[in-house]
Amino acid sequence: MLDIVVPIILTVITAATPLLLAALGELITERSGVLNLGVEGMMVMGAVAGFAVTISTGSPTLGILAGAVAGLLTSLVFAFVTLTLVANQVASGLALTMFGLGLSGLIGESFVGKPGIKLEALHIPGLSDLPVIGPILFSQDLLVYLSFAMIVVVNWFLFRTRAGLILRSVGDNHSSAHALGYSVIGVRYLAVMFGGLMAGLGGAYLSVAYTPLWVENMTAGRGWIALALVVFASWRPTRVAAGAYLFGAVTVLQFHAQALGIGLPSQFLSMLPYLATVVVLVAISGNRRATLFNTPACLGKSFVPDR
Amino acid sequence: MKKIALLAGVALAFAVSSADAAKLKACWVYTGPIGDFGYSYQHDQGRLEVEKELGDKVETAYVENVAEGPDAERVFERFAREGCGIVFGTSFGFMDPELKVAKKFPDVKFEHATGYKSADNMGLYNARFYEGRYILGQIAAKESKKGLAGYIVSFPIPEVVMGINSFVLGAQSINPDFKVKIVWVNSWFDPGKEADAAKALFDQGADIIVQHTDSTAALQVAEERGLKGFGQSSDMAKFAPHAQMTAIVDNWGPYYVSRVKAVLDGTWKADNAWDGIKAGAVHMADYANMADDTKKLAQETEAKIAGGWNPFTGPIVDQDGKERYAAGVTAPDGDLLGMNWYVKGIDDKLPQ
Repeated sequence: MLDIVVPIILTVITAATPLLLAALGELITERSGVLNLGVEGMMVMGAVAGFAVTISTGSPTLGILAGAVAGLLTSLVFAFVTLTLVANQVASGLALTMFGLGLSGLIGESFVGKPGIKLEALHIPGLSDLPVIGPILFSQDLLVYLSFAMIVVVNWFLFRTRAGLILRSVGDNHSSAHALGYSVIGVRYLAVMFGGLMAGLGGAYLSVAYTPLWVENMTAGRGWIALALVVFASWRPTRVAAGAYLFGAVTVLQFHAQALGIGLPSQFLSMLPYLATVVVLVAISGNRRATLFNTPACLGKSFVPDR
Repeated sequence: MKKIALLAGVALAFAVSSADAAKLKACWVYTGPIGDFGYSYQHDQGRLEVEKELGDKVETAYVENVAEGPDAERVFERFAREGCGIVFGTSFGFMDPELKVAKKFPDVKFEHATGYKSADNMGLYNARFYEGRYILGQIAAKESKKGLAGYIVSFPIPEVVMGINSFVLGAQSINPDFKVKIVWVNSWFDPGKEADAAKALFDQGADIIVQHTDSTAALQVAEERGLKGFGQSSDMAKFAPHAQMTAIVDNWGPYYVSRVKAVLDGTWKADNAWDGIKAGAVHMADYANMADDTKKLAQETEAKIAGGWNPFTGPIVDQDGKERYAAGVTAPDGDLLGMNWYVKGIDDKLPQ
């Protein structure tokens, strides 16, 4: 039994990590009141930059860093357009996705068909060799540990620090935050940049750790799933994590179900991850008042400071 | 003065267009990005071969990422208006829009891949990939220690079902009890999902992976785990030097060159080409990472197929035990192109 459960858990962690990274970033962005629909575009930029730098330098670590920077730079385009030029966030976010998909294809053209270098998993002597928890907890790659840590860090930042309180106040009522003397635009710039950085990391995880290769459009819609996770998790980091792992788990388990030949239509099984995640997250976020309380009231609204 | 300038302008315009007319313009419409290192990539390799072979006589153009369906009509019409002499539509979903445009522009030649509707100026072409899959089946049955292969597939269309059946027939010709586990990822292209599916199949005991999806991800998982697999559409040996035993390579170049040449010679006529290993449309990548006698067997089968033998030659019995083709009877092409049943020995149910 264990010899099948452990590999399943490992596969689930790999499948969930890119979603988790991107969704935690978007959560911070949305908590500041900015709706950035360009997660897919930022992720794919992270993926191409991560792959390109990894095979040019031979260092997956540098590649991961480059992915984060690429995601951040892409998000700056969005921040400038929506925060400085006050353009519509929904339209700009969609445009950012198309921009990212197109530009990454152009940049990546010469990297198609080249094998990548995989980010190696850590090996801690002694601990990694323990049965069951060894492979699951002590033999992951750095980005997986980072994603674990970020669940705690983002939660702590949002609800336990002054800066997190300011971020939430900007997202809930930008006029009041402005009146109190906080720089709404400044806070939002930082929040969008953090979202871009995390999406870039998620993308780089795809092209450097998950499947070390580059092909156009390799994110295949994961940015959109990350976006949906944030909303269905009612903007709570722990629930985002639960949603990401649930989505990963159902995706992997339905493949196992198919391989076992349980006879359910594969189209239905392919739909299950989406269905299960939405149903579960809506159920745990079922308390309407609590959900409203968590929804950033100024989400998607532009802010123009009056003098 | 003005008039002279105008005349000069007209003359210049003529000169330019006649210079263009001397060259044949050949145009391609792709459904995916040419950077997919799979289906569309291989079509584009064919286009490049045309450029290389015919040099100055042709000029080529392509549009990638064209959605299948009515919207493709715009692209075909633009190509026809821009003076393309021959237009290749490379995906099943382009069939109806391409036909519509072909009827509107009777002087332009059209070619359509993998569909079944044609016209006087619209020919059809496809490749018999199932021939290669029979060889993969034989290799898998010889090399698998557990007698179990994992098969990752995209959508239940005849092309894919034909491939599964051919693979299983090949495997059964070596080991009648050979089993295959089938996983549908419902996507042509999602490296992450393909990798997850490969891991699931390996975790459940398969030691060889076959794919009818386009990325290299599944093969890379095989490489990591020290197991075996086959490449799809292009030679993926670089991605899995120890895991890839061979690959079914789509080789459209020779066909494209011959068709463009036919237009240049004025001998082009719409026909229905369905070539396989014999004509070079299906190319088997180097046989590697297998025992010598397996390699020999694969080469023999390849030669037999090149000699005209069809893997879908009876006796073939379907899943329900019904005899579909009696001994010695070969399945007609029409049956293959509409195949919606599994052969005996597959435990799975075909999604409808």
